[in-house]
Amino acid sequence: MIQHLIVLPVVLPLIAGILLLYQRQGLVRYKRAVSVVASVLLLFVSIALVNQAASGEITYYALGDWQPPFGVVLVLDRLSALMVLVTAILAVGAVIFACGGDDEKGSNFHGLFQWQLLGINGAFLTGDLFNLFVFFEVLLLASYALLLHGGGKARIHASVHYVVLNLAGSSLFLIAVGILYGATGTLNMADMAHKLASLPAEREGLVTAGALMLLVVFGLKSAILPLYFWLPRAYAAAPAPVAALFAIMTKVGIYAILRVYSLIFSDQAGGLVALEQPWIWWLALATLAAAGVGVIAARDLRLLVAYLVLISVGTLLAGIGMRSPAATSALLFYLIHTTLITGGLFLLAEMIGLQRGKPGTRIVKGRPLVQGNALSITFFVGAIAIAGLPPLSGALGKALMLNAAEGSERLWLWPLLLLTSLASLIALSRAGSTLFWRSHRGSPSGSILSRYQWIGMLWLLSAAPLMVAFAGPVSSYTQATGEQLANPQLLINTLLPDAGDTQ
Amino acid sequence: MEMLYAITTGILTACGLYLTLRRRTFPVVVGLTLLSYAVNLFLFSMGGLTTDGAALVNESKNIADPLPQALVLTAIVIGFAMTAFVVILAMRARSEAGNDHVDGKKEDHE
Repeated sequence: MIQHLIVLPVVLPLIAGILLLYQRQGLVRYKRAVSVVASVLLLFVSIALVNQAASGEITYYALGDWQPPFGVVLVLDRLSALMVLVTAILAVGAVIFACGGDDEKGSNFHGLFQWQLLGINGAFLTGDLFNLFVFFEVLLLASYALLLHGGGKARIHASVHYVVLNLAGSSLFLIAVGILYGATGTLNMADMAHKLASLPAEREGLVTAGALMLLVVFGLKSAILPLYFWLPRAYAAAPAPVAALFAIMTKVGIYAILRVYSLIFSDQAGGLVALEQPWIWWLALATLAAAGVGVIAARDLRLLVAYLVLISVGTLLAGIGMRSPAATSALLFYLIHTTLITGGLFLLAEMIGLQRGKPGTRIVKGRPLVQGNALSITFFVGAIAIAGLPPLSGALGKALMLNAAEGSERLWLWPLLLLTSLASLIALSRAGSTLFWRSHRGSPSGSILSRYQWIGMLWLLSAAPLMVAFAGPVSSYTQATGEQLANPQLLINTLLPDAGDTQ
Repeated sequence: MEMLYAITTGILTACGLYLTLRRRTFPVVVGLTLLSYAVNLFLFSMGGLTTDGAALVNESKNIADPLPQALVLTAIVIGFAMTAFVVILAMRARSEAGNDHVDGKKEDHE
């Protein structure tokens, strides 16, 4: 059983999704129970996986017992275990929130939700480049349908852009994979890294082209500057639990960048080492600046949170651009924090919008709220966490990032990161004071919110104090992850025991 | 044969790209389809072009790389599903907005 643990994060949502297909309408209680139980089980499995990976040992699961480099493998190291755990925590919060009524606004919400989890977990665990493409497609297909959940004009238009862009991105992904296969003769990432060491000089240009095309694809998924224009509209239009789950989708792109370029194009790649770095570093800074402007300009709370996601993308990519173990460790800490908190803020924005009624999430005056006190306190906590003020987790994450910058990197990163933090602080305080204080006189509006919605939202936002309380263990784990990523030879040797001899 | 193959892939890609950048949803969908055809052709050729070779070892002297064939099969299936989805989506956007502009806006000038 224990050796099959690695495949469970992929199989579990698949089975749950199939069970949920049984009847698309009706049987609400049964479907909610299956979905919540599957998500909680996924959480336990991912905790077990993190436990297994924490020892520093890299394990892999060869599907059908076809050994690498020929078979498709799932690889478990500290990074992939951590990402699966973050996904599971986010999923539990989002699915509980959805049980408050959002899941019945369209058909088969829970089934699609589980399949999206299947795609995300698969993308985090796979050790094969083509398999990464397949899992990307699985999570994208589910996300297309989830984005449309509930219907409405805004969602359909945001979907058209999102789907067309991602289809074009998928074509580019296939071309890039094709080029890399043609040049190196393998699709297994570890094997590709190994083969690059003995790459004929005339193929270097080909591999560079393939690698940079992959960067475009991952940049589209993670919403890096020239490719982010789909994100604010899509995230603002998505139903709240879906938007919360989408908070991890940009991180799938960031994970892919981190994995591919730290493993394949690391020190052994000769002239191709770190070929992505100048691109990522400067584009990340540009993304930060653009997102800082966007967050101030946003006139809708959900749009504002979408731009906060973009700020986190810029920060994380800057961490990748620095390319040092310290920066990787800092960005992983920041990644856990930002994924959970932005997810929670999407849920909170929806709750505020529901209670306000007609004005919705637009940042305009409205009537006082029935549960205004509780909502405003949670908004205050979430805002402090995401803007990066002490004492919550955002401050720690950003301090780690600032500390990881060295030399001339400080000159660029420090002012930009601090200014965008200021921008988000201004935007959030303006939004908060308009939503909660500048209200018309009159009787409070809105009905009491569902208990499930409160539980789901608080589950995610409680990450902010918890990550401070357990900052020690979390940061020592991310530090070990950064060191493991800096030494890809370990992974290559685990997957290809013969590879070490020929070096 | 390589030349012919490369030119075909190139023309398909160029046409697909041009159509994808159009402003109505129908040409965009056709463009995406052309693009996926081009990608399939490209994937097919990535193991090298062999004529008259079986994808089995020991069957003949001339062996074709079987992996691109398996990959292209996967890509075709995914491409079909995506095309079906994007067609439905375009139709819904058309009926929802009353026109087939990709931004859903009424055109001011034509």
